[in-house]
Amino acid sequence: MSAVTTHHDDHAHEDHHHGPPPGLMRWVLTTNHKDIGTLYLLFALTMLFIGGFLAMGIRAELFQPGLQLLNPDLFNQFTAMHGLIMVFGAIMPAFVGFANWQVPIMIGAPDMALPRMNNWSFWILPFAGILLISTFFMPGGAPAAGWTMYPPLVLQGGMNVPFLIFAVHLLGMSSIMGAINIIVTILNMRAPGMTLLRMPLFVWTWLITAFLLIAAMPVLAGAVTMLLTDRFFGTSFFNAAGGGDPVMFQHIFWFFGHPEVYIMILPAFGIVSQILPAFCRKPLFGYESMVYATASIAFLSFIVWAHHMFTVGMPLAGELFFMYTTMLIAVPTGVKVFNWVATMWRGSMTFETPMLYAIAFVVLFTIGGFSGLMLAITPADFQYHDTYFVVAHFHYVLVTGALFAIVGGVYFWLPKWTGHMYDERLGKWHFWLSFISVNVLFFPQHFLGLAGMPRRIPDYSVQFVDWNVVSSIGGFVFGLSQLLFVYIIFRTIRGGAKAPDRAWEGARGLEWTLPSPPPYHTFVEPPKVTEADAHS
Amino acid sequence: MAAADQHYYLPNPSHWPIVGSIGLFLLLGGFASYLSGITSGPVAMIIGFAVVVFMMFGWFGTVIGESEKGRYNDQVDVSFRMGMGWFIFSEVLFFAAFFGALFYARVYSVPWIGGEGVGALATHPVLWPDYEAAWPTNGPAEIGDAFDIIPAFGIPALNTIILLTSGVTVTLAHWALKKSQRGRLSFWLFATIALGVVFLYYQGVEFYHAYSDLNLTLESGIYGSTFFMLTGFHGFHVTVGVTMLTVIWARTLRGHFTPKRHFAFEGVAWYWHFVDVVWLGLFIFVYWL
Ligand SMILES: [Cu+2]
Repeated sequence: MSAVTTHHDDHAHEDHHHGPPPGLMRWVLTTNHKDIGTLYLLFALTMLFIGGFLAMGIRAELFQPGLQLLNPDLFNQFTAMHGLIMVFGAIMPAFVGFANWQVPIMIGAPDMALPRMNNWSFWILPFAGILLISTFFMPGGAPAAGWTMYPPLVLQGGMNVPFLIFAVHLLGMSSIMGAINIIVTILNMRAPGMTLLRMPLFVWTWLITAFLLIAAMPVLAGAVTMLLTDRFFGTSFFNAAGGGDPVMFQHIFWFFGHPEVYIMILPAFGIVSQILPAFCRKPLFGYESMVYATASIAFLSFIVWAHHMFTVGMPLAGELFFMYTTMLIAVPTGVKVFNWVATMWRGSMTFETPMLYAIAFVVLFTIGGFSGLMLAITPADFQYHDTYFVVAHFHYVLVTGALFAIVGGVYFWLPKWTGHMYDERLGKWHFWLSFISVNVLFFPQHFLGLAGMPRRIPDYSVQFVDWNVVSSIGGFVFGLSQLLFVYIIFRTIRGGAKAPDRAWEGARGLEWTLPSPPPYHTFVEPPKVTEADAHS
Repeated sequence: MAAADQHYYLPNPSHWPIVGSIGLFLLLGGFASYLSGITSGPVAMIIGFAVVVFMMFGWFGTVIGESEKGRYNDQVDVSFRMGMGWFIFSEVLFFAAFFGALFYARVYSVPWIGGEGVGALATHPVLWPDYEAAWPTNGPAEIGDAFDIIPAFGIPALNTIILLTSGVTVTLAHWALKKSQRGRLSFWLFATIALGVVFLYYQGVEFYHAYSDLNLTLESGIYGSTFFMLTGFHGFHVTVGVTMLTVIWARTLRGHFTPKRHFAFEGVAWYWHFVDVVWLGLFIFVYWL
């Protein structure tokens, strides 16, 4: 348009060429997508260990029947807070961290579209985390009604209730602003030649995830606002005596909640779709069908929510509708798994740590998908509902699915981010320890669930002892193994073999044309993107 | 395109986000403490609110200043537009949650408590055999006691006309801006603000009437809950809209905006239309049907 659109003043010009300002305030005031991505990832890692500590407490209590370590109320606080912290503190921020680091350098943009808001999206999180975790130290303790916050139980909590609700509001604000930033960056900041169908699949999955976030998080905000007014301002949304319905909360919550599970898995699909081609040394099989499958999954995610509520007392038509739509999701998901396997078919494969995690993802996520299909069958779900089978299902999807993709992605891009190669031998140790222990941890929970062990109960009947012992041992090993992960990361940040620009010979895409680590500001002059250096 | 447009705009490090986070933390942490009966809660709340307002002045002031210095190229303009559009989309979904609650109550939960559908199994015969489903209702326990409702074709219909008219006046202001008719621009903007204020005044009168004469309160069962949460949140959004329009008006008086570059004006106009459309939904489903 007009000629007066200079891009920054002289002072800023200097900043951009001399790197970040020194000291702690760099991290507080930063508008740089790489800094903010790092902050997100470190925050997620911290939360992973806090949530993991709670999980260790749960597995320690369940190591034997009877009550040993945690009284029932504290046990319920542990399960509820474990879920909330892992979902909103660990998995989601980790993926936003990946998006911050990777999306701009994968589409040839200099930064996120709205850099100051990007800072705010992150810096809301620690405050929300303080509100949430501080409830442990309040009279009455932390929320104990599960991460799903069902009324009337959750409203019977002590002082934690308003803190929980406002923490969720803040987390939602952060997610919505982060998602708006990502969607606008992808739609508006692509380098010339980076057409939509040349975008790396990770960028595609995040574009769709951002849409899901913007559509789902406000609904959660509405639901918890109704909880707040029901508890403190006399409304009757979830009170049948006043004409409301506690089941209504479940509908509103799961209208958010099911898209939420795709918010936590679509970026994982994206990461795996970047890793596999790199180590198979051939392009991703069925790129376009991957895009369409992702979009189909996103669409379906809005019309399946009541599969979490089959036993609540719904009309038969509802049970059938939500059963069939849920099973339909297996089709686009199957397309994805087929494409990953076909990518590996006759590939010239090597098995570095990221690749091991990606392959484990394909196998173990598929197991989680299959148990999901079993749960989708309404009459069968009457048996499985609220048992350890459900716990096994969603941990296969979220731990060996989402978390494994995150860990694999960290190994994949750590050389790019730090400029150093991680220790491959230690990485493999970390993988095999995690892979074996996580299956020891969660696979027996299928058996426990099918045999009828209920979830969210600190005690159990003696016939469940053996598999609980096995599961707990797996849990402790898995938890301890993650200390190795932290050690590897910090060793890589501090030193190690120099990583070349293209850290993996088979990796394709714009980020590998940049130095490792990339300069503080990249692509200030937009690159021209050709078919060849687009997605792999 | 000028050569400068080839560059991207990268803002310097900013302290406004962390100020905003601290403000929100004090505001919400203080509110939660107040609700838990902690005496220092309101103090933290007020300080937090002041910090948030300070942040808004500072942050928007910075952006307006940069915009007036011509720092933003077309790409930044598009980013702002997309950002505003998606923000409004998220707001639509927030209202959708409350409309969903209204529809669910009217179509399912109230008839079920009255003995229809799945309610015929236990809820109705065991818990509330005497309850007959109706709308409006405050439920079988008649929470909040008997109440009257506000008829649609009184103040609400008048308010509908007022808001729809304000949608026209803001469009007239936009046309005037595009034709560089600054006098008309500020007149129509002022008219839009005035209509918004009149709407809020009538809404206040109506709420007062409901509370003092009709015994219709937030505590009037599911009807009062959905009525006041929907109209209340809408009224809050109108207040935000009027505030934004006032800022835009003040900016036009200072000579901001050109016929071609006026994202802030359009963003506010979009927001105003969104508030308008939500009201139509309220008028039809909350007041009328
Ligand atoms: Cu689901």
